[in-house]
Amino acid sequence: MGSSAQPALVSYPIMESPATDTSRQASPTPAAPKMAVSGLDFYYGARQVLMDVSLRMAEKKITALIGPSGCGKSTFLRTLNRMYETVRHARAEGEIHLDGENIFTLDVATLRRRVGMVFQKSNPFPKTIFENVAYGLRVNGWDRSRSVKDLVELSLRRAALWDEVKDSLHKSAYALSGGQQQRLCIARALAVDPEVLLLDEPCSALDPIATAKIEELLFGLKDQCTIVIVTHNMQQAARVAEFTGFFLLGKLIEFNNTRVIFTKPEKRETEDYITGRFG
Amino acid sequence: MAGSTLFLDNARPGRPTPPGAAGRVRSWMRRLASGDEIAHLITLIFAAGIFLVTLLLVYELYRNSVLPRHKFGWAFFVTSVWDPVFENFGALPYIYGTVVTSAVALLIAVPLGVGAAIFLAELAPPRISDALTFVIELLAAVPSVIFGLIGIFILVPFVRSSVEPFLKSSLGFLPLFQGPMYGVGFLAAGLVLAIMIVPFILSVSREVLLAVPVEQREAALALGATRWEATWKVVVPYARTGILGSVFLALARALGETMAVTMVIGNDPKISSSLFAPGYSIAAVIANEFAEAPGALYRQSLIEMGLVLFILTFILNGLARLLILATTGRGTEHA
Amino acid sequence: MNRRTWRKVVNGVMLGLTGLCALATVSVLFFILGYLVYNGGRSLNWAFFTQLPKPVGEVGGGMANAIVGSAKLLLVASLAGIPMGFMGGVYLAEFGGRAFPFLVRYTADLLNGVPSIVMGIFAYTVVVLPMHHFSALAGGLALGAMLIPIVLRSTEEFLRAVPQTLREGALALGANKWQAISSVVVPAAFRGIATGMLLSLARVAGETAPLLFTSFGNSFWSSGFNEPTASLPVVIYTYALSAYDDWHRQAWAAGLVLLAVVLAANIGARMILSRKMSSARG
Repeated sequence: MGSSAQPALVSYPIMESPATDTSRQASPTPAAPKMAVSGLDFYYGARQVLMDVSLRMAEKKITALIGPSGCGKSTFLRTLNRMYETVRHARAEGEIHLDGENIFTLDVATLRRRVGMVFQKSNPFPKTIFENVAYGLRVNGWDRSRSVKDLVELSLRRAALWDEVKDSLHKSAYALSGGQQQRLCIARALAVDPEVLLLDEPCSALDPIATAKIEELLFGLKDQCTIVIVTHNMQQAARVAEFTGFFLLGKLIEFNNTRVIFTKPEKRETEDYITGRFG
Repeated sequence: MAGSTLFLDNARPGRPTPPGAAGRVRSWMRRLASGDEIAHLITLIFAAGIFLVTLLLVYELYRNSVLPRHKFGWAFFVTSVWDPVFENFGALPYIYGTVVTSAVALLIAVPLGVGAAIFLAELAPPRISDALTFVIELLAAVPSVIFGLIGIFILVPFVRSSVEPFLKSSLGFLPLFQGPMYGVGFLAAGLVLAIMIVPFILSVSREVLLAVPVEQREAALALGATRWEATWKVVVPYARTGILGSVFLALARALGETMAVTMVIGNDPKISSSLFAPGYSIAAVIANEFAEAPGALYRQSLIEMGLVLFILTFILNGLARLLILATTGRGTEHA
Repeated sequence: MNRRTWRKVVNGVMLGLTGLCALATVSVLFFILGYLVYNGGRSLNWAFFTQLPKPVGEVGGGMANAIVGSAKLLLVASLAGIPMGFMGGVYLAEFGGRAFPFLVRYTADLLNGVPSIVMGIFAYTVVVLPMHHFSALAGGLALGAMLIPIVLRSTEEFLRAVPQTLREGALALGANKWQAISSVVVPAAFRGIATGMLLSLARVAGETAPLLFTSFGNSFWSSGFNEPTASLPVVIYTYALSAYDDWHRQAWAAGLVLLAVVLAANIGARMILSRKMSSARG
């Protein structure tokens, strides 16, 4: 590869300096960030939807991406596991590194195993609950020292779903409620033990109680993997994320410690959005 | 075709991917190892097989009908000799029979099918419409030999004892309805065909009528038109092209229909002006004589008629699809 | 009568006429069913299913060989037509580019419109001529060629109905395209695809014309797939045109059996499909 493993990044102050919030210890990682994006441009055919986006996602932290509909935040998320490649005429230019490795030279299946994704609308497979969770294992293989059964149980526990489904593991996943289905999809993604978990508005179709459960679950997962969540809901970003990025019209307007973004944003656009003046 | 563009693997990142063949080959090898390219290739081979089968069909029909083309040329289609002993063959009586029976069938089936389609699409409550449509789909699934069975044992005696005497007494001044009444013949074959093609006209026309925008009929009704006027003067003209498509589709079926016609047409290669007379059709003569045709020229003459049927149905189906597509914005699986 | 009343009368009369058209069309099916049940039901007995045909002129016997023969023909047809239609459908729905899929769809539509007797000629030239004798293989291949376009289109349609989110879900877990298709997309569409196959088999099961000079007929058992073979539709045809009352009786019985099988498959398939439609998630 021509590009170096450690590209020069636009630095964002909050990541280099100690966090101001002591209760939410968001100290910047001394090592390289888990994922680093630099100079990302994205096109659907001739239409450019992301412009020169650079962003670093700290390891084992939750990063939230907010912004009005159509601002490019979901598209950005889909470049991180190259999910965009499934769309005709979609094209990404720029650099994205995972642990210093260029994701565009990684085998795409390997990349997606390492960078899991949960979608806006829960999409369980038409299989049993057990087989849904086991799917990633069957596709990717797994550590033979553990049985599939154990790994499925572990994943369901991590997704805080085990107690609700342990007696109906072999029933269809469609029998679950919407919130449970979404947690099942999270369990499914966790089963292959991803290093990064991408969530694309995971709660947009859920009621407040189910949403609260998922937020709680994300909080518990934070120590185990790096989480990037796209959300339409600013309160959600404020509640769960250490870092928040604000997207507008395909540009990353501001990226900072969540507290800073929500209390004293530097940019006018961010402030307008946060205070509900538009979007 | 909108829809699954998901798996189109055309999105190649710009800068990060190493340009040139080396990078591409490596990626292709990787995907080969993982099975994607193999799967693509295998399904592609099967898809290509469908194309090749069709090509082979055309080729075989053409190749196996060379002899009569050489010997008779175009005269094959305008002479009515059928003499296996001296190997003289002309297809005219069969073509005539096919055309006449199909015409009779259309004459009956088009008003019946379109009328019923209007009822199902415009007037009947949705539930009744759905139930009746279901029954009509089942009617379309009845094998043609069953129609032949009903035709030969029920319809033919009925035609002989009731329909033909009635037509003779009321319209007997027309040459169409003169001569001895056999039961079997053009009329019986046309009737059976009509029954068989009505479901096709009906279901396609219904679909086409349902695709007419609601505003069209509401505008007419708002101007004080009666239900029938709105349907006949606004909705039906709007759907005209698609209905014509359904008629072509039905015609293509009627031309190629074999068993039911063979069983009731009388199998007599004569050109006769009376619908009461027995006749013959292309499909029927192939069905009856192919297995026992001794000489190559004889057999190939039959195959040439098969080729004619193929070409006719090909053109009619193509036209029908275009016409239906023009009104509903999508093709149809009925064919 | 003034103009307004006249228009109302026309309205009523024409609406009534269209209703009559619908009624007439629908009643045909019940006429057919009625006659078959009446004539065929009387003639149906155990021997029909278990015995071979008796020699001409003798009363009795059955069509066991034709029933088995039809099953053999459908087996050959399935083996020949279903894989091609199914794999082609997968290609059209999941792979494919632009020009070639159009060509495949177009030729499939063309194949679908080919008169069945012409399909018989095709199988004759490809199988019977080189082998110099009629066989179950030739008849089965003729039916198989008719299966291809039906299976192709229904497979493609049902695969396209699978939500994209399921494909994405599988890919996001590190599955490659092939794994996603074989382990998620096809299973999700399986019921519809299988039903489409059932319908296509029901359609060719009643075909007679392509068999007349391919599988031909046989008054006895045929062994293997390389001999002339009796089939239900062809036997109905020959018996119905014969001069013997007892054969007519048996033709009705065979017609009833054939129609019952075909209609049962159709009704069953449509019930499965409508249930799937109503219970499908968005």
